Order: sequence, then C-alpha cells, then structure tokens
Amino acid sequence: MTEATIPAQAAPSAAESGPMVRAENVHKSFGHLEVLRGVDLEVRAGEVCCVLGPSGSGKSTFLRCINHLEKINAGRIWVDGELVGYRERGGKLYELREKEVVAQRRSIGMVFQRFNLFPHMTALENVIEAPLRVRREPAAVARQRGIELLDRVGLASKLNAYPGQLSGGQQQRVAIARALAMQPKVMLFDEPTSALDPELVGEVLDVMKDLARDGMTMIVVTHEIGFAREVGDSLVFMDGGVVVESGPPREVIANPRHERTQAFLAKVL
Amino acid sequence: MTAEKTATERARPEPIKAVPVRHPGRWVTVAVLAVLAAMFLHVLLTNDAFQWSFMIDHMFRPPIIDGLVRGTVLMTISAMLIGVALGVVVAVMRLSPNPILRGVAWLYTWFFRAVPRLVLLAVFGNIGILWSRIEFGVPFDTHLGRLFGIDNLELRLFGFDSRDLLTGFMAGLLGLALSEAAYMAEIVRAGIQSVDPGQTEAAGALGMTRGQTLRRVVLPQAMRVIIPPTGNETIAMLKDTSLLMYVPVSMELFFQLDAVGKRTFQIFPMYVAACLWYLLLTSVLLVGQYFLERHYGKGYGRSERARFRLRNVTAESGGAPGGTETAR
Repeated sequence: MTEATIPAQAAPSAAESGPMVRAENVHKSFGHLEVLRGVDLEVRAGEVCCVLGPSGSGKSTFLRCINHLEKINAGRIWVDGELVGYRERGGKLYELREKEVVAQRRSIGMVFQRFNLFPHMTALENVIEAPLRVRREPAAVARQRGIELLDRVGLASKLNAYPGQLSGGQQQRVAIARALAMQPKVMLFDEPTSALDPELVGEVLDVMKDLARDGMTMIVVTHEIGFAREVGDSLVFMDGGVVVESGPPREVIANPRHERTQAFLAKVL
Repeated sequence: MTAEKTATERARPEPIKAVPVRHPGRWVTVAVLAVLAAMFLHVLLTNDAFQWSFMIDHMFRPPIIDGLVRGTVLMTISAMLIGVALGVVVAVMRLSPNPILRGVAWLYTWFFRAVPRLVLLAVFGNIGILWSRIEFGVPFDTHLGRLFGIDNLELRLFGFDSRDLLTGFMAGLLGLALSEAAYMAEIVRAGIQSVDPGQTEAAGALGMTRGQTLRRVVLPQAMRVIIPPTGNETIAMLKDTSLLMYVPVSMELFFQLDAVGKRTFQIFPMYVAACLWYLLLTSVLLVGQYFLERHYGKGYGRSERARFRLRNVTAESGGAPGGTETAR
C-alpha cells in the first residue's frame, strides 16, 4: 500500500448531518484479482442498507474494508466523518498506527457469517470481554449491561452456556449482543444467516429487525430478499466489484432496471 | 402411516443369540507372549549379573536421592519453565509482522534445533574458556576508549567469575532451557496457527489490540494443541537430564548411579537401577499429562459433549427450561 495509488483529495467536512458511512471509489485487489473496482456508497445515520449480489461480487470484502480488516488499494471510506485507516495531512496519506485503527473499530460493530464467538468463554464472557479489556468498564457495569444485552436478544437463560452448547441461531444472537456491547455507531452484518439451518434464520432476523427499529445504522450483506424488502431503507446490488444498482428496496426488487440485477433476482426469488 | 402404526404395535422380537466370530489368532499371540514373558522373568530371577540385593541396597542412598531431587527433578522443572516461557516469546516473534523479529526468531530456532543436545551441553559446560569473568556494562568499552585516546577504559556495572556461574547446574540449565525453547517455539507456533483466523478477526473487530487478542483469545485456544506435545517434551526433558553427565553436572541421578557403578565395579546393576528410576519418574509425568489434557480439552472433548447430550435429554423429557429456545 503506497500513497501514490490513492489519489489525493481534499477531506470532506464531517458535518453532523453527513452520512454515517461514506465510501468513494473504493478499490481492492488480492494479488492480481481485482475484487472491488470502484465502489461508492452512502449510508445515513439510522439507515438500514442491504447489500445484495452473487457470491464473488465483493460484498463481504467491501464490508471488511469499512472496519479496515482489509486495507483498500484506492479510494476513501469515512465512518461518521472520520477517514478509516488513514490520516490525511497536507494532501498526503499516513497509515494509522495499530492503536488508532483499533480505536476506530470500537465504534464499528461487526457480525460474521461463522459467528466467530470465542469458544472458551461463556455467552456472557463473550459479551463483556471487549467492554472489560477495551473500554475498561468496571466489572459490575459490564456484567449488568452484558446481561441486559443477552436478555434483549432473548438469551437471558443462556448466560453461562459455552458457544458449543448453543444452536447456530443462538450463537449468532450472542455475537450480535457482543458487537452491541461496544456501543457501536454502525453495525456491519456479513451474511449473518447464511450459515444457519433454515428454521433458525427467523430468530436472528427478528433481533436485527428489533435493532433497526431502535434506529441503529446497519449495513447488511445478505441473501434474505424478504428482510431487505421489509426492513431495508436502501438496497445496493453489487456485481463484479461495483455497485450495479441501488435504490429503495421495494422498487429495486419489484422493477430491477439493470439486466444483471434482473438475472440475479430471477434466480433467488 | 399404517406401516408406522403396525411397527410400533408389533411385539419386540427375542434378542439375537448368535455365535460370535472366533479369534484363534489372539490365543496364539497370548501363548507366544506368555512364553516370552516367562523367559524374561526367568532371566531376571536366575541371572546373577543383576545383583538385585546390591542394586536395591545402593539405589536409595542419599547421594542418589539428592541427585534425583536436585538434579533430575529440579532441572526438569526449571528447564521446562524457562523453555516454555522463552518458546512462547520466540513463537510470537516468529509470527510477528515485524521482519526483524521474525528473522531473529528463525535464526534462534535454526541454531538450537540443528545442534544436538549432547553437543550443546558439552559446549555450554566449557564455555567458561571464552571468558574468565562475565561482566555487564557498555559493550566494546575498551575499544571505544582507545578510539578517544583513553587506555583501559572500563565501563562495567557488575560481573562475576564465570567459574561460579557457568559450570555445573547453571551451564546445564542454560543448555537444556535454550534448546527446549527452540522446540517449544515450534510447538507454540503450530498451536497459534491452529486457531481459526476468524477468532483474530472477531477480536480485532471488537477493538482488541494484537496483544490482547493473543493473550485473551488465541493462546487459550492454542493451549489445546500445545499441551499434549508439551507433555511429551517434559518427559523427553526428564530423560535428557541424563545428558548432563557431559557438562558435567555431578548432582544428577544418572551421574550418581554411574559413579556408584564405576566405584564398585557393579556397573550393570546400577544401569538397571537407572532404568527403574526413569520408568518411575516418567510414569508419574504420564499421569499428570492425562489430567492436564483433560483440563484443557474443556468445551471440546468427548466427555463434555456427552454431558451436554444428557442435559438435552432431560430438558426434552421435563420440558425445556428456556421456554421457546431451540436446542440443537
């Protein structure tokens, strides 16, 4: 990652009314494979943005770029007006130190397809780990909030269960509670229901709907068209590393304009 | 539907009483082994060269017990403690994004794994030849002094005679611990790499630093992979303390048994005594290893899964306490 590959641009003002997440011409390659080829996206505070697209279209990679789990090769991403992963001074970009990157991630929650709960910790320990170690909350406060969060996702009776003793749906709900414990400004969901048995998908989507109602800003990579239509404020269709089409979910799903969107929806609907 | 009904209504058939498969080969094996065991026992009891009474009389003498406790056991514990601690450090360095640390770690493991332990111990036992005193202070001080026209500039904080420090126990400990660290580094590295990368990602996404992630998330999970080979390493280390004879370290089990044998011209009985002592000690370690592995297999092992299955059964028959919760 060199400075030269990122075109120098004037930093936009982080106006309060500005978008919560803004991506501008984001490029990402793995070796010779160009996964993202200029992605633009704006998500306002409190908005639920659903990202659809065939596998290999770069949806998950884009999501992982937002919290800097992947370094982008070109373009810019801002979360709440703050440039992700870099500092811009005098038209030059400086990579952030590990501590600064980690500090940025605290306000960005992420839920993974494979849950990624810590298997050696109980549900409650999973939830309070980051508040205790990262935010340095007092143990009693963290514990109290942890119990409240697990109660909110409907798992008050599973506080002391280990992930291996929970169903996939329960694990994913613990993972959501764990991300919420850091009081993030944005929640990123990377195909949160794709690894679940069909009968367990509903319970996770219910928790996410509940979150959306509470005004959480969410970016959801998903294959659940129903969820996108019902809960999403905007829908983005990605293919081949670019945003092919975007708009209000009902409109895009009912009358897709681009032929690739049409082809995709014809297959999944 | 009707087929199911008749199936449940039908009476349970009488249990199968079949002639089990015969295993004549097993009986032959048992017979052969019995003959071999009898021959072995016969040698043990009738061959005078064993000198059993002499062996038992001498294998519990104070110098030998002293060598056992202060040499073999204490050395094993100290060398493993240092070896594991240093091994973790080297493994973390080896996996660091910093190329300098990676290089140093590679060089370390390369050297200490390439030189045989016996040779390494002999070298460390004689390393006092290089320096008569070991002192800490500004490096190259006399050379620097000469550069500025000062003769015999000595900027040293403290030091000690290498004969006090680098002989016997300390030299042996240094040799064993440093070589062990190289092997442990490889074991720890394999353990760390066995942990799902998703774990590191999840910890990173939560805002945990690399150090926190390593300590709180990765290492505890790596333990399950690290512990069994570490048990083997401890057992190997216990046996390798017999190599201390070449440092030499006199306060050690095999050295003492060997000394008795040579003094009394009854070498063979004392070597048999050594076999028995090492058998006993490693057996104790094997028991410890069993319990340690059971502890760190927590949440993964068979026993845990069985217990969980049992809990599900009771929940199903007695009504799930979680209400609408779906248990797998």
